[in-house]
Amino acid sequence: MKKKIGMNKSTYNNMITLGIVVAAYIIIQILISTGSVSSLMEGLLVPLCVYVILAISLNLTVGILGELSLGHAGFMCVGAFASAFFSRLTEDLITATYLRFLIALIIGAVCAAIFGIIIAVPVLRLKGDYLAITTLAFGEIIKNVVNVMYVGKDSTGIHFSMKNAMDLNLKEGGDVIIKGAQGITGTPTDSNFTIGIILVLVTMIVVMNIIKSSTGRAITSIRDNRIAAESIGINITKYKVITFAISAAFAGVAGVLYSHNLSTLTATPKNFGYNMSILILVFVVLGGMGNIRGSMIAAIVLTLIPEYLRFMQDYRMLHKRKGAE
Amino acid sequence: MSFISYLVNGISLGSVYAIIALGYTMVYGIAKMLNFAHGDVIMIGGYVTFMIMSTMGLSPWLGIVAAVVVCTLLGVVIEKIAYKPLRGASPLAVLITAIGVSYFLQNIALLIFGANTKSFTSVVSIPDLVLADGQLTISGETIVTIIASVIIMIAMTLFIKKTKTGRAMNAVSEDKGAAQLMGINVNKTISITFAIGSGLAAIAGILLVSSYPALTPYTGAMPGIKAFVAAVFGGIGSVPGAMIGGILLGVIENLSKAYISSQLADAIVFAVLIIVLLVKPTGILGKEIREKV
Repeated sequence: MKKKIGMNKSTYNNMITLGIVVAAYIIIQILISTGSVSSLMEGLLVPLCVYVILAISLNLTVGILGELSLGHAGFMCVGAFASAFFSRLTEDLITATYLRFLIALIIGAVCAAIFGIIIAVPVLRLKGDYLAITTLAFGEIIKNVVNVMYVGKDSTGIHFSMKNAMDLNLKEGGDVIIKGAQGITGTPTDSNFTIGIILVLVTMIVVMNIIKSSTGRAITSIRDNRIAAESIGINITKYKVITFAISAAFAGVAGVLYSHNLSTLTATPKNFGYNMSILILVFVVLGGMGNIRGSMIAAIVLTLIPEYLRFMQDYRMLHKRKGAE
Repeated sequence: MSFISYLVNGISLGSVYAIIALGYTMVYGIAKMLNFAHGDVIMIGGYVTFMIMSTMGLSPWLGIVAAVVVCTLLGVVIEKIAYKPLRGASPLAVLITAIGVSYFLQNIALLIFGANTKSFTSVVSIPDLVLADGQLTISGETIVTIIASVIIMIAMTLFIKKTKTGRAMNAVSEDKGAAQLMGINVNKTISITFAIGSGLAAIAGILLVSSYPALTPYTGAMPGIKAFVAAVFGGIGSVPGAMIGGILLGVIENLSKAYISSQLADAIVFAVLIIVLLVKPTGILGKEIREKV
């Protein structure tokens, strides 16, 4: 028998997607070194990576599992705050930037994944619009709780309060790290465009391989016909929780990237509210459900269009409706 | 006494949610879509009344009528332009379009009225009700809101149960195909539903900004989401469910604002929603749909 040599179509496609990312990185680096990238555009590079990671990770839940989730920004919020808290806490202890960022990354991803599991277990009973509103509710709860949370450290350890900074009873020399609605200030800006691109590539490779693996096939079968999948012995609960956890973990990674790009981190409706979750959903739907490359392109295009349309600023959101139709 | 005052204010806020949720739930029942733009119709209603009353200096009654007319037309136009071509498309495409319409309305308002907060003059001229030797004050807005919502709820229930159009709505929401075979004009019924829902949204908008007088292009977004939560809470698609859900939500929100934390009130509302849905996955009065293999 003739053995099939070479790559199959999906591997080939995935390689092209990864190739696009690497090529885009190289081109942008060349453009930066020749000085033809405006500072506005340079500032957009890391947020672009954040959006791409968010879109790809939400695609896993919406496109591959087929469940509508409107709480993705909540997971991002968890990752951002957990990692920024860690980085602020250990700023003096761990001086190696990349090591600290790596640990922060793992902490952010794990915390977000834990929240993903916490949310996935109860919402498994719900379907469709009920699931959508529940995930939206979870996202809003996370944002609201973060806004009233005060955490500080002093010589005796870490203190926690839901009231105000005075309630922490910090000793002399204590430091309030999470200041309620004012968030975390002074996070070391450890992330940069190169790290962002590496994280985009990691996210892509992991998600692509999950889709191709037996896990991915089980998840797709749940999407296409839940009852049929159940009857051939696929453990629906297990796979749904796995998908939510992985999706949340990568949203957490995006959050880590986001929080370490800015020195001030606050949870506002704009960055972690349901509007953000909906924006990510728009990326996924516009790019094509279950299509990684599509998510990436949609995230980039929809982030850049408003920037290029600044000259007609007042109208800049109007195009989105046309895109949706 | 303060408890009663919080409770009454909660019922008032809940009544507004209930009116908005009615529109949500009726549209959902018939078109099987979440009309995310519903919250922004509220805001448009508020702005129309504001224009008539403050800019043109005409009577509040004219403002209310104009807002209802404009929003009703707006609802029908949105349905015709944005949602009708997508009938039969995937639910997600419709949802995204609804979100698109929501952004569109917000930005149109931003363009026409600007980003500045407009301070809305209340349409209510009834004096405050002072009870128990001045210990309990109930504002005129609260009284009007509660009375208006009771009237609307009774009228809507009668409309759906007794009139031909109302029963046609029920039939379309039960089974579109069968309703069509019985000679019901499905397209017309859907248009009427949108018209009624948007007209109600206009009234809700006026009541809302009369009690909370800050009007911005984003005024409608959060009440819209809350009303959506209320509709799901009561069982989406069920008209009495929307009323119960709305009022419960308003009361829970106001009491938690008063006794637990004003910043956490939203979180508590959403947490209650999640708990209710976990116990009863189709909401308080939602219908259980059996799955056929």
